Amino acid sequence: MTTPMREMDRRLLMDRSVPGRRAVALPESDVPAQPMPDATLLRDDLPLPEIAQLEVIRYFSLLSQLNFSIDTNFYPLGSCTMKYNPKLNDAIASLPGFANIHPNQPAEQVQGAVQLMYELQEALGDLTGLPGVSLAPLAGAQGEYAGLLIARAYHARRNDSARTVAIVPDSAHGTNPASAAMAGLEVVTVPSDASGNVDVDALRSLTDERTAVFMLTMPSTLGLFEPSILEITQIVHSAGGLVYADGANLNALLGMVRLGDLGVDICHSNLHKTFSTPHGGGGPGSGPVMVTEELASFLPEPVAAKSGDTYTLDTPEHSVGKINGFHGSFSILARAYTYIRAMGRDGLKAVAENAILNANYIQAQLKDRFDLAADRYCMHETVLSATRQRKRGVKGLDIAKRLLDHGIHAPTMYFPLIVDEALMVEPTETESKETLDRFIEVMRQIDDEVTSDPETVRTAPHTLPVTRLDEAAAARKPYLRWQE
Amino acid sequence: MVHTVDRPAGGRIAGGNPHPYIPATDADRAAMLAAIGVSSFEDLVQDIPEHLRFPELTIAESAPELSLSAELAAMAARNVTPGDYACFLGAGAYRHFIPSTVGAILQRGEFVTAYTPYQPEAAQGTLQTGFEFQSAICQLFDMEVANAGMYDGPTAFAEAALMACRLTRRNKVAILETADDRLTAVLRAYSAHQQIEIISIPADGANTPDDIACVAFQSPNLFGVIEDVASLTEKAHAAGALSIAHVNPTAHGLFQPPGKYGVDIVTAEGQPLGVPLSFGGAYVGLFACRQEHIRQLPGRIIGRTTDTQGRTGYVLTLQTREQHIRRERATSNICTSTQLIGLMVAVYVATLGKQGMRDVANLCYQKAHYAASEIAKVPGYSLPVVGAFFHEFAVTCPRSVAETNAALLKRKIIGGYDISDRIPDTMLICVTEMNSRGEIDTLISALREIGGAQ
Repeated sequence: MTTPMREMDRRLLMDRSVPGRRAVALPESDVPAQPMPDATLLRDDLPLPEIAQLEVIRYFSLLSQLNFSIDTNFYPLGSCTMKYNPKLNDAIASLPGFANIHPNQPAEQVQGAVQLMYELQEALGDLTGLPGVSLAPLAGAQGEYAGLLIARAYHARRNDSARTVAIVPDSAHGTNPASAAMAGLEVVTVPSDASGNVDVDALRSLTDERTAVFMLTMPSTLGLFEPSILEITQIVHSAGGLVYADGANLNALLGMVRLGDLGVDICHSNLHKTFSTPHGGGGPGSGPVMVTEELASFLPEPVAAKSGDTYTLDTPEHSVGKINGFHGSFSILARAYTYIRAMGRDGLKAVAENAILNANYIQAQLKDRFDLAADRYCMHETVLSATRQRKRGVKGLDIAKRLLDHGIHAPTMYFPLIVDEALMVEPTETESKETLDRFIEVMRQIDDEVTSDPETVRTAPHTLPVTRLDEAAAARKPYLRWQE
Repeated sequence: MVHTVDRPAGGRIAGGNPHPYIPATDADRAAMLAAIGVSSFEDLVQDIPEHLRFPELTIAESAPELSLSAELAAMAARNVTPGDYACFLGAGAYRHFIPSTVGAILQRGEFVTAYTPYQPEAAQGTLQTGFEFQSAICQLFDMEVANAGMYDGPTAFAEAALMACRLTRRNKVAILETADDRLTAVLRAYSAHQQIEIISIPADGANTPDDIACVAFQSPNLFGVIEDVASLTEKAHAAGALSIAHVNPTAHGLFQPPGKYGVDIVTAEGQPLGVPLSFGGAYVGLFACRQEHIRQLPGRIIGRTTDTQGRTGYVLTLQTREQHIRRERATSNICTSTQLIGLMVAVYVATLGKQGMRDVANLCYQKAHYAASEIAKVPGYSLPVVGAFFHEFAVTCPRSVAETNAALLKRKIIGGYDISDRIPDTMLICVTEMNSRGEIDTLISALREIGGAQ
């Protein structure tokens, strides 16, 4: 990010429009002129911009430069796994044989695509120890919802329909309770104990014949591996419930342990986190759902299958149905599959190993300056707390904004909700030690600045295209589209 | 199951080599372990039960780019690919010309590899382009507000029906029988546990019950026909319900926008606006509604505001509707959606602009009507559905659709979408600007041969 970008002409496309300009020309019709429909059906005005091609390219290119991104910045945004998004993934997804095929083509015409889906299912089943896989969910929240539909369908099929409670830890991501509510489940919250683990006694007292599912984030949103996991899954199972693992971030578990081996029945995984597909500024994502053999017949459609040398797209016998238009985010699936093959089983273990090492290194180098949400070895991320800085009059948010001035994206702020002034840092395995050292140095420098010049921290950022934006005014008086 | 331990190779891949995506060297790892104060990596993962630690995996070992790209290119080449084949498939996804500007902007890592814009000062690119997307959708549909995009068209449609139930505090959704069954199927999955009743109503909207939350319809419908949007919207309003139109965005370069008829919520599959087919995803759902309903709108919304120096900037706004604030009381569980696909739409609409959007719609209309009128002349084939259409139409064939399509495929033509479950031996044919007159004429002579070979 360089200063001249601040001077970019931010006018919107409609304000740049000049009648008569165009950015593309289309050919003339090559068929005989056809009768037009009743004129009342046709629109007269079409208020869209008229702009020449260079200006379209320059406008969007300059706008892109106002962004921080993995390609240009260290982006240690906790819980988001901002690892390098390999360019090979994009190249493979753009091959004409993948990018140009139509979703209504039957499986026999697109055997290469269905094979890719089948092999990706196999790989995700192998990595999680949960062999039933549907790639249909279009993001993590849809994967969660699909998983909960499966849990409900499973209980209903056993005539056990009184199970209407989802137990969710207080540290959970907001989509967990939102998805549970969509699935018609009552949300009951289980607290965390002082070391950031699930309070096992509280869980025991909350599980009963109404428990449909316990939703556990693994590793937890504090970046910790739940040491009582085997006891937890046993408690839930003996009450007749199912264990749902929010495996949105599997980065620390690849080849370290398999969720299915721990007693998890259902999980989803965000391909746009662990499996390196780009976040795109907020999607598209993909959130495949993985289940035990016993639950496989409930998966959403479609599920790719192989018989002999032929691949098919099937609807499982007791499927919870169709959760989106077609077969999932195929262009994202192609990227994730490419990544898994490029890493291999050996490389995926190396991913988890280096991700865990990098997070612990940052934690070790900053714990003299920042409080830790839990003072123990973390998995792929560490949750710092700016409580000491807060006492000196600077909030976690201010520190996050000040990092931007150093060209480093902010950590995730104020999440999980159970940690005061949380700053959740996830470096990922793709960052070098030099980058981590620079981050550590900048964090220490900002901590010094909290004492020496708190006002500069409180009013950061100072070097970006805009200073702090008035979010309250935006919500009070919504201005949501171009206006003349 | 016997657990076989496969220890990680000290952060390296098989053979002791480094991986190109992982920069740490042995020296780096040793220094970091020393700084942490442990002697080995395993000390960091003691919380993982030992007997389950380091499972042996069955997936293949890492493949270098050179061989992997060749292997995957061969896999892609096994598909029957539109472009190599003439393609007349539509029914929810459409093959259109994508100008080179879209691909060029989509190469920009600053857009592609950014996260959701939770730090607006460092994400003005994503936010302003998202605002452009919302503006374009409003202008194309003549609607007051649009969100920043849903997962795809059918999920947008389902969310619209749920929103209508919240707004009217009613729980019955009426869907016109001419809508694609897949829209209803997705709504069924979305509403499975919300005590919502889905009813099907006849195409003319007659005898619409008065306790419904909405009249939801697809226009052009499953058969390609443009519905009487004004009349359906009046019927909805007469029942105190909302009108939900699921439309084709390309059509509105030519046809009246839904906002003109007072539709309350408009949804659409955004894929036709510059997004490759990619076997059904990733796409983007378009979602527009009235300003008065924005507090019940699902998904992300970008708003304009000012910074501390009074300069214009953009932020995510009205976030109190969303799951990360409201948790189980959110308007939807949606979080990550489809920002980058929305960017493709924004660049597409900016590139085509006023004239290009008209031209594409007109080319689709002209070619589809030419194809329909010629097919109607072929002995044995008929157009079973009457009404104004855009670029899709139903064709009843003298042989089954499966047989007809198999015979077309041998002639390097991907035939229409099978709707035999609605009308026997009938397919939905789609013609866009991508189909040359030569392709259309080849289709017609192929149909003549296939039909005559009975």
